[in-house]
Amino acid sequence: MTQTSQRPLRVLAAMSGGVDSAVAAARAAEAGHDVTGVHLALSANPQSFRTGARGCCTIEDSRDARRAADVIGIPFYVWDLAERFREDVVDDFVAEYEAGRTPNPCLRCNEKIKFAALLDKALALGFDAVCTGHYATVVLNEDGTREMHRASDMAKDQSYVLGVLDEKQLAHAMFPLGDTLTTKDEIRAEAERRGLAVAKKPDSHDICFIADGDTQGFLAGRLGGPAEGDILDESGSKVGTHEGVFGFTIGQRKGLRIGHPAPDGKPRYVLDISPVNNTVTVGPVEALDVTALTAIKPRWCGTAPSGPGTYTAQLRAHGGETEVTAELVDGTLTVTFAEPVRGVAPGQAVVLYDGTRVVGSATIATTVRKERAVASG
Amino acid sequence: MAYLDHAATTPMLPEAIAAMTAQLAVTGNASSLHAAGRRARRTVEESRETLADALGARPSEVVLTSGGTEADNLAVKGLYWARRDADPRRTRVLASPVEHHAVLDAVDWLAEHEGATVDYLPVDSYGRVHPDALREALVRNPDDVALVTVMWANNEIGTIMPIRELAEVASEFGVPMHSDAVQAFGQLEVDFARSGLAAMTVSAHKIGGPFGIGALLLGRDQSPVPVLHGGGQERHVRSGTLDVPAVAAFAVAGRHAADGRENFARSIGALRDELAGAVLKAVPDALLGGDPAPGGRLPANAHFTFPGCEGDSLLLLLDAQGIECSTGSACTAGIAQPSHVLLATGTDPALARGTLRFSLGHTSTGQDVEELARAIGPAVERARTAGLS
Repeated sequence: MTQTSQRPLRVLAAMSGGVDSAVAAARAAEAGHDVTGVHLALSANPQSFRTGARGCCTIEDSRDARRAADVIGIPFYVWDLAERFREDVVDDFVAEYEAGRTPNPCLRCNEKIKFAALLDKALALGFDAVCTGHYATVVLNEDGTREMHRASDMAKDQSYVLGVLDEKQLAHAMFPLGDTLTTKDEIRAEAERRGLAVAKKPDSHDICFIADGDTQGFLAGRLGGPAEGDILDESGSKVGTHEGVFGFTIGQRKGLRIGHPAPDGKPRYVLDISPVNNTVTVGPVEALDVTALTAIKPRWCGTAPSGPGTYTAQLRAHGGETEVTAELVDGTLTVTFAEPVRGVAPGQAVVLYDGTRVVGSATIATTVRKERAVASG
Repeated sequence: MAYLDHAATTPMLPEAIAAMTAQLAVTGNASSLHAAGRRARRTVEESRETLADALGARPSEVVLTSGGTEADNLAVKGLYWARRDADPRRTRVLASPVEHHAVLDAVDWLAEHEGATVDYLPVDSYGRVHPDALREALVRNPDDVALVTVMWANNEIGTIMPIRELAEVASEFGVPMHSDAVQAFGQLEVDFARSGLAAMTVSAHKIGGPFGIGALLLGRDQSPVPVLHGGGQERHVRSGTLDVPAVAAFAVAGRHAADGRENFARSIGALRDELAGAVLKAVPDALLGGDPAPGGRLPANAHFTFPGCEGDSLLLLLDAQGIECSTGSACTAGIAQPSHVLLATGTDPALARGTLRFSLGHTSTGQDVEELARAIGPAVERARTAGLS
């Protein structure tokens, strides 16, 4: 198994303006590839300069990416994919919340933008691959097939948000940071050594298209003003009032603003969100225990598994691994947990692994609680 | 390598570089009263006289600025404020919709912050404002018009405006007219006195001079309200210490532009026709933007729409082969928007995304055209497979 092909490739490096993608582009260029940098303009109305860099959509981020490309010595362009991003990521994000689910827009962006819209355009223009600063490893087998594995450093691994990529997309993906066994500080030191000014730039986090981090406010703006509704306990009794179901996440504990404590004095968690009834159901932590789930829209990296199999599963970004058995029946994936797990939110992805290898990914549709089945929405 | 973006900026003339570097070594603020100041002032005034002569103006009509954008802002805002101060009814601005952003955004700013009403004059499919259209807009109410602003020639599609006729109509109604002649200077006969304009913008770096210097030609009876306040330089209309080396180099380039104009226009026009022919031969369905008649467009400009292509894709593919041109579209925060010029001419927004502007200049050669002729066909074919994202 070899890491990457030795043949020099024409590589399009997606440069967000952050330190990871800058170092990735620099490594690709250093490896002898013919690299061109592209910053994706994903917002139709880019925020101007902000000091606390939160995402990748500001004019300052675009400038940072350009400066990194200058230093690496590669051509650089800004491509406007705002329309595609709005349709495929932002609108999907809003629709998912509207349906009471908890979407992962980064994953959707990788699936629909970086390794679809951008990759398609890159290939058409004569490039061989798209390079990003993700932490994941692509392995080329001797038979020519490709596998995606977790990054060498499990703490930085981002294979979860790349789990939606199929083998065809993987064949044109390059992740120069994937085999990095160094800390983020060392990546920053490498950036510094390479003269990249983004070395000291804070990490991006939160959702890039929600500039102020106020997801609830963003959703209220899109879905009409917040509609006040009831917070119920498991028996259906009203225990509080919410200002709109959008933005709640299964397993959420903070921000419920329930005036009085539960009879047992224990903290309460969001168990269920019902946009149709405009209610949020809360209950004790035990009620979050999920024994199984079903997931739809599976995407396989390689051939789809036949029959039930034993895997490890990851259920959210930065989440841990859990032992499961999984089976695909009529396009629906059923995942059964060896031990109950908590905080499983419909809309999130379940990514299956065989050891470090990504097997595939699907969108969680329903969860089976210890006592009862809860359908999403 | 083929540099085909002279409308963005053109290489400095060696004579202009020599004049500038010579002055960089000389001490003196043109406003100082001592010998060093007088020497600097003399250089500025001689340069001003040269520029005035090159542009058919009096020296006192040359107001030096930091470039075209500042001159446009001074003309549009300054004349608006002055005219409105004299008569508060004058709040209407008549502008072409194909102006450079330096004019367009200044006009929009007046609408947003200074109570201006903007009437965009209709243009034909070549982007040209007709004198009748201006007359119609003025007749509607001549008393409420603050100013008229129409560029001499369009920077994207190269269409030449009938400036003298338009200025005549404006002066009939006693309304001052400004024209951005940044692209016209050096390619067309730009004679301020004969134009009948109240104000006219020119810029040095488009004619082989340095960046950061331009001028507003300003009729002696015009007193725009200043945008920059300070030491009272430049008729108290534009304060700020004069950049003597840049002024000297601007004068050299201005002299050269005026003296060499006819020859340059003839030779560059022939090369442009060659370029346009080569592009159309390689890509038969490419559409030439602007007025196809040689007399109706800037001789150094060729603008094309390539159906089914993204201008960005074409630019990348040509750039990779050392061919440098522009998509000709406005660029806000690096995001390409369909050009407002093309949209104003009635071009379909999808088509307007697939444009390239090739502009020639004093260093252009037949080899540049040959390189483009070889590259454009395959580039368009490839860009078409990438399609419109």
